[in-house]
Amino acid sequence: MDKINITGTDDVPSVILDASTGKFEMSGRSLPEDVSAFYKPILDWMAEYAENANPKTVFDFKLTYFNTASSKIILDILMQLEEMANDGKEVLIKWHYPSDDEDMEEAGEEYSEIVDVPFEKVSY
Amino acid sequence: MNKITTIRGFLDHIYNKNYAPIESQISLIYEGEITHQIMKAFTSMTETSLEKHEESSSVSKRVFHVMVECLQNIGKHADAEDIREPEIKRGIFLICKSEDKYNVITGNFIDHSKLDGLKKMLENINTLDKEGLKELYKTQIKAGSISDKGGAGLGFIDIARKTGEKLQYDFIEVTENTSFFVLKSTVSRNS
Repeated sequence: MDKINITGTDDVPSVILDASTGKFEMSGRSLPEDVSAFYKPILDWMAEYAENANPKTVFDFKLTYFNTASSKIILDILMQLEEMANDGKEVLIKWHYPSDDEDMEEAGEEYSEIVDVPFEKVSY
Repeated sequence: MNKITTIRGFLDHIYNKNYAPIESQISLIYEGEITHQIMKAFTSMTETSLEKHEESSSVSKRVFHVMVECLQNIGKHADAEDIREPEIKRGIFLICKSEDKYNVITGNFIDHSKLDGLKKMLENINTLDKEGLKELYKTQIKAGSISDKGGAGLGFIDIARKTGEKLQYDFIEVTENTSFFVLKSTVSRNS
């Protein structure tokens, strides 16, 4: 499977999805002009990966800011990971947030209440 | 009375309504097309200015957040004054600072056909407390989907949650088909 490697800018996050090295990470800011267009290849990739996922997937979210349209897509990604866990794969979500950013911590907290998948909050 | 859709008319209105306290400093006011590039330029200018004034990072982030949601709302949803140019999303944007808060105030056209829906949504948000807003947010994020316009239907709920303040707004009829929607969001500087 080809990997996805997007270098972030001031309005889109950096995204690495690499099944061979087991690196799954989104970092930076997400407020794209067209949220559906930006995330479509990412959601498609995740759906394809889920068909034949590694025994263990650790997904790191290191976002510093995302708008509400992106928050819906992040939930879509988390739900895809939940489905993989339901299929018997080991899945861990690591939600990294700046130690002084209550809002980002709370966002992680809420996602962990919505999806049923191992969720670790990591303050930095 | 100056027309609400001009900067002069808009300023008259927001001072009359006390959306902007008379002693507040306006740090940015803009009237024109609202595009993604404009949104990025304004948010970046404001971030730099808040940093320079040593505003706390949580206040800066909330102001940034409110600006993005307000400006993206206009860029995606605003209607046109002139129905022959539906693609041009114009609006007025203002940010002002007073001793204890930042106010972000926007104005844009809305077709009367959408007025009831918008009013109901805003009224409902304003009846809810912190827990109620959280529940509404969770319900909407689970049930909703990204619309053709690229929104998730979460913007106003999120502004109310992030600011912890009621949304203040009103509608001024401009033509028989359109009104000007004025919205004020407040970010406390003590948060």
